[in-house]
Amino acid sequence: MHELSICQSIIEQVTQVAQQNNALSVSRIIIDIGPLSGVEAPLLEHAFPIASAGTIAQDAILETQILPIKVRCNLCHNENEASMNKLLCSACGTWQTTLISGDEMLLRTVELENHHSDKEEEINHV
Amino acid sequence: MCDTCGCNITDANQHLIDKDGKHAITKDGHEAIEVLQNLLHENNHRAAHNREHFDKHAVLAINLMSSPGSGKTALLEATIDALKDNNDLSIAVIEGDLETENDAQRIRDKNIPAIQITTGSACHLDAYMVHDALHELPLEGLDIVFIENVGNLVCPASFDLGHHLNVTLLSVTEGDDKPAKYPVMFRASNLNLITKSDLLPYLDDFSVDKAEENIRNLANPAPIFELSAKNTDGIEQWINWLKHQLKHYREHLAQGETVLPSMQQDGQKLHSAHSHA
Repeated sequence: MHELSICQSIIEQVTQVAQQNNALSVSRIIIDIGPLSGVEAPLLEHAFPIASAGTIAQDAILETQILPIKVRCNLCHNENEASMNKLLCSACGTWQTTLISGDEMLLRTVELENHHSDKEEEINHV
Repeated sequence: MCDTCGCNITDANQHLIDKDGKHAITKDGHEAIEVLQNLLHENNHRAAHNREHFDKHAVLAINLMSSPGSGKTALLEATIDALKDNNDLSIAVIEGDLETENDAQRIRDKNIPAIQITTGSACHLDAYMVHDALHELPLEGLDIVFIENVGNLVCPASFDLGHHLNVTLLSVTEGDDKPAKYPVMFRASNLNLITKSDLLPYLDDFSVDKAEENIRNLANPAPIFELSAKNTDGIEQWINWLKHQLKHYREHLAQGETVLPSMQQDGQKLHSAHSHA
């Protein structure tokens, strides 16, 4: 259920970015999701068209990058990939580890359509 | 000029890229803005505001999470009864349910202030709902506010409410493998309570050791207490833990710091730091 409210939050943030940059529309939104964030990427992608309808991002593609689960051992400092429910050190076997990747839910990049904006003109003319 | 390899970025226009977030031009001519913001940025902003409000009154806020029916309200009733005998902790409760005032009424029946949030169809509380509830709940003179989240082992774990500590309940009738099945929830607990422990003698398929192993496999070092709200076994240990946490929290406040719930965005900070590097 909460994937829809997360999509609404994405739309709010993307709308702000688009307005700050005088965009005509949003063409692509890239998000980073870790499996331990509690967010399911397929559900998010299904909910996205409902949340984006009638907004500046209605034609945008939502692209999800799934990041790996990685831990660093607190005892032997080994770093390794791990699974959702076994965040263990693969070198010494302890559970005393720190998650260094895998719980992200980040809005990474927003791609904007703004062919007439001064900013882009300026960049292209240099 | 070439829009793909970055050769159109010179000293003269570098400031445009550096100015407000990282601008870049994609192959097909779109402007790409790197945002690197949590998807729940708005919620987290409001949560931080709630936490400031709690901190202003030195009130410790505890988020109680579990499946429906694992005994969150019964735990609160037993806590209120246990605190009757010593008046050194003053508490209030924010209740979250899809419908009904039942749980808040159970708390009010024991003369403790309770605000009921009915979420309609929402499966979790968020920082906005708690903010609204705080408008109705005077914090003056309180020590601890318990926020009883919607019974659900999935969604509540993703939403910061502005609280300080997560307490997760696992009742013995649910099975000792619940932490392995719902790792996002059990990873984030500051304390795990194995509830309805009075039923343990009747169950041959719940092992407290196994439950502990499943929690440790999530790299969670939080304490695990067995507790029964019915015969009050373990309630004293729970009350002592609360008092210890309150003391710890207020010591932090005295240093000008707050306390953040376990795991809250730690990983995210690391990733952001890496991304900027």
